Amino acid sequence: MLNEKDKCLSASGLTKVFGVGSQKCVAVDHVDFDLCTNDVVSIVGESGSGKTTFAKLLLGLINPTEGEIYFQGKKRDIRTQKKKREYWKNIQAIFQDPYCSYNIFNKIDSVLLDCIYMRGGRMLPKAKKVELMTEACSFVNLKFEELTNKYPFELSGGQMQRLMIARIFLLKPKILLADEPTSMIDACSRATILDMLMQLRTEIGMTVIFITHDIGLAYYVSDVVYIMERGKFVESGSADDVILQPRQTYTQRLISDVPKIHEAWDLSTV
Amino acid sequence: MNNVILEVSELSTKYVTRFQEDVYAVDHVSLKVEEGKSLGIAGESGCGKSTLALSLMGYYFAPLHYTSGEIIIDGRKITGMDPDDIRKSILGTEIAYIPQGAMNSLNPTQKVIHFIEDVFQAHDPYKTKKEIYEFAVDAFKTLGLPAEVLQKYPVELSGGMKQRTVIAVSVLLFPKVLIADEPSSALDVTSQKMVIKMLKNLMEEGFIKSMIFITHELPLLYNVTDDIMVMYAGQIVEKANAKEAVFDPLHPYAKGLMGSIIVPESGLRNTKLTAIPGVPPNLKNPPSGCRFAERCKYVIPTCKAISVSMRELEGGRAYRCIFTEKDLREAYLKEASIMEAYQNAK
Repeated sequence: MLNEKDKCLSASGLTKVFGVGSQKCVAVDHVDFDLCTNDVVSIVGESGSGKTTFAKLLLGLINPTEGEIYFQGKKRDIRTQKKKREYWKNIQAIFQDPYCSYNIFNKIDSVLLDCIYMRGGRMLPKAKKVELMTEACSFVNLKFEELTNKYPFELSGGQMQRLMIARIFLLKPKILLADEPTSMIDACSRATILDMLMQLRTEIGMTVIFITHDIGLAYYVSDVVYIMERGKFVESGSADDVILQPRQTYTQRLISDVPKIHEAWDLSTV
Repeated sequence: MNNVILEVSELSTKYVTRFQEDVYAVDHVSLKVEEGKSLGIAGESGCGKSTLALSLMGYYFAPLHYTSGEIIIDGRKITGMDPDDIRKSILGTEIAYIPQGAMNSLNPTQKVIHFIEDVFQAHDPYKTKKEIYEFAVDAFKTLGLPAEVLQKYPVELSGGMKQRTVIAVSVLLFPKVLIADEPSSALDVTSQKMVIKMLKNLMEEGFIKSMIFITHELPLLYNVTDDIMVMYAGQIVEKANAKEAVFDPLHPYAKGLMGSIIVPESGLRNTKLTAIPGVPPNLKNPPSGCRFAERCKYVIPTCKAISVSMRELEGGRAYRCIFTEKDLREAYLKEASIMEAYQNAK
């Protein structure tokens, strides 16, 4: 299956070790990972299983101890700041905590303006820039006129997270890495955010990596699911296979721990 | 019928902002919790769930102010009592509250046993340290926590363990009502399950008599509580037992909430999640008439004109809408058939 589609991002033998000696902690342990264009891939695991470290490795925020990352068939090269910027035009992220994702000293317009600059729109006339920003805001059901001259802390968590999606709309990256994008907001806005992300994905043809501990969410959005345990992928496959017929005991336990509504939730197993 | 532990009638509280504006966060809420039962409160963020929890304790401090209503715990009226009396004889002993994120507010320089000594210093100052320690070890054993936890600092504990420690400390004085505000929202599934198991055990072990559980995770609420109350903009819009509330909601808002449930069960991928458009109204000047009218699909002009009261149905069910049960059910059926036709056409 993997050979038919082209791989846009892959990793082989990726390892990240924190600390040395007795303090040594292997956060990501020889992981092989393939991401096909236009797929939605979920990485599911408990807290402390190394999901976010893996995300940071893919983003190039930290350097791997061992192993290689291949981007569009070529070895990824982000040794200089310039090359890093070039790489980040193609891969962007939405982080878990919208409250910490913004520079608190910058106004909302400058957040969106930065995105336009990154796409090479620095010389555009001002009216065109405003038009672009208005379009991006209306995509996520925000009104740009109300946001100008506001600081990020004046928005609610859901609005901030939607603004993050507006950023992605402007940047149009090839890969989006969403690290628990809905864990800090309530269940009702969650559906809105997910709908927007999926709509955006079809609109600009993105590949999405979802990192989450919410198994229901992973099942709802993704084509392929990877289950991570202590820095290793223990199970992977299509969402229906992994979630509905899990093979590994770890996956089975994880899924049985989620409260469900049609099936009984067995509390005696912990 | 069991005896009623907590009875609240027409409770209203407000926040007074620094610009002297009133925000009516809890508006004429009535509820009843019987012995051995648990009540769940659901709703979006900003609907007044946590404020209701704070208001239920009868201990108000600025900016939260009491306006009207009555709270009766086990036959004892606590509204109108002296705040000092409430602190000494109600909080912790009659009603205990676990705030959201309590586990992250433990003092990192003190051992767990210190928090327990603190509790007894306030409520039972004649107990010696040794007695407290022995009591704590016993209590922790019954609750399934290792006794070594007592001698550890909060940073040495995992998130789930911290949350369970917080719960254990809050029930040491055997309160009649325990209010748990989002006790598991920052935990992963396995620790969440442990916390929930412990909460459910509390009642069987006789530590508490009833529980109020606040969360926005509906599948969790369905599995934990006996009754579910849905709150919107400071008001209760639906009251029903857990099964009815999840599978057969009547109020359009409750219906919308239940449409956003995500569970890893077959069939989920084919259903489309319904999101309720818009945001809850600003409670500084709440809309006259139905507060949900702005976002409601079934709105008619009368909705915005007259104030809507709760409609009581048989079996203790109630909802706040101007439509009758029959009208609402017909509307939902019609919508479901349209959705089905749309999906078939696709």
